[in-house]
Amino acid sequence: MAVGDLSSSPSSSSPELHVLAVDDSFVDRKVIERLLRISACKVTTVESGTRALQYLGLDGDKGSSAPKVLFLSSRPLCFLDLKVNLIVTDYSMPGLTGYELLKKIKESSALREIPVVIMSSENIQPRIEECMTEGAEDFLLKPVKLADVKRLKELIMKSGLAEEEDNKAKHSCPNRILQNNTASSSSSHDVSSLDDVTPSSKRMKLESRAHD
Amino acid sequence: MELVQMQKSLQDYTKSLFLEGVLDSQFLQLQQLQDESNPDFVSQVVTLFFQDSDRILNDLSLSLDQQVVDFKKVDPHVHQLKGSSSSIGAQRVKNACVVFRTFCEQQNVEGCHRCLQQVKQEYYLVKNRLETLFKLEQQIVASGGVIPAMELGF
Repeated sequence: MAVGDLSSSPSSSSPELHVLAVDDSFVDRKVIERLLRISACKVTTVESGTRALQYLGLDGDKGSSAPKVLFLSSRPLCFLDLKVNLIVTDYSMPGLTGYELLKKIKESSALREIPVVIMSSENIQPRIEECMTEGAEDFLLKPVKLADVKRLKELIMKSGLAEEEDNKAKHSCPNRILQNNTASSSSSHDVSSLDDVTPSSKRMKLESRAHD
Repeated sequence: MELVQMQKSLQDYTKSLFLEGVLDSQFLQLQQLQDESNPDFVSQVVTLFFQDSDRILNDLSLSLDQQVVDFKKVDPHVHQLKGSSSSIGAQRVKNACVVFRTFCEQQNVEGCHRCLQQVKQEYYLVKNRLETLFKLEQQIVASGGVIPAMELGF
């Protein structure tokens, strides 16, 4: 399961996005978790950028993908089995900010292809541009709504289908703020009808190129 | 009281909270996230909000009572409270926090004290209202009824 299977396989279970949500607020973690679960995503929540890096296997060992056993909430987890397809992080957090977390992820050869979305309660243009320039996939204004998450999910699923073209276009558009958009029309979760290439395959392809 | 009457009371009560601006559409968002598989989602989130807020308000009172107020401590607390109240749709608490932050920026101790009182007032109000709302819901469920979906036509 660790290495993405590219062939379309109707009998396999529908590919679920595994999202890592990072937020220092209890309330917001609970809400984002529910928003993502109701959108048929697997969710792991952590309360800080530092914990996020630990979970992603980036503590100290830059880019190391050696399997580690981590303990989160006193349950052992094996990093390698829980590949993350999307990171959603709050901007303002004590310690490592969402922006700093974004930078560290984009600096890592193992993780830079994982889309990162920033959430913030503050609509500050320079902040948004800074994040988009650093490679954020998108910038959500809090409070996050179901329509935002559904649209985000569609974006992530779609971007897995055209990753070569996307790689160039991805970093060049600032100012894509997902606002509340009641015209969003995601009905049933048709993930099983999507073709083979999922976001995880982007990572696999990157690792097979001789990078760094 | 008949079930239908209880359900009507709940709807009227909820509607009044929106009309008074105590709650905003984000609360409706939370209600949309509640279903048979997560029947207590809203009350769980709100309970977290109460716990979080009690702690923050306590910290704020302590910080503002210091001889020399450390605004670097005060502002993040207000920011946090602003965030969580916004996330559950507690509009008046959120708005009071916005005002509070401007006084923090100005390092105006007197203003901050007034704001803290205002925030507390709005917080106790929404807390009281939501506790009443949950009680009404519980009565309906206990009588074998379902909680009516909120109409958005007002």
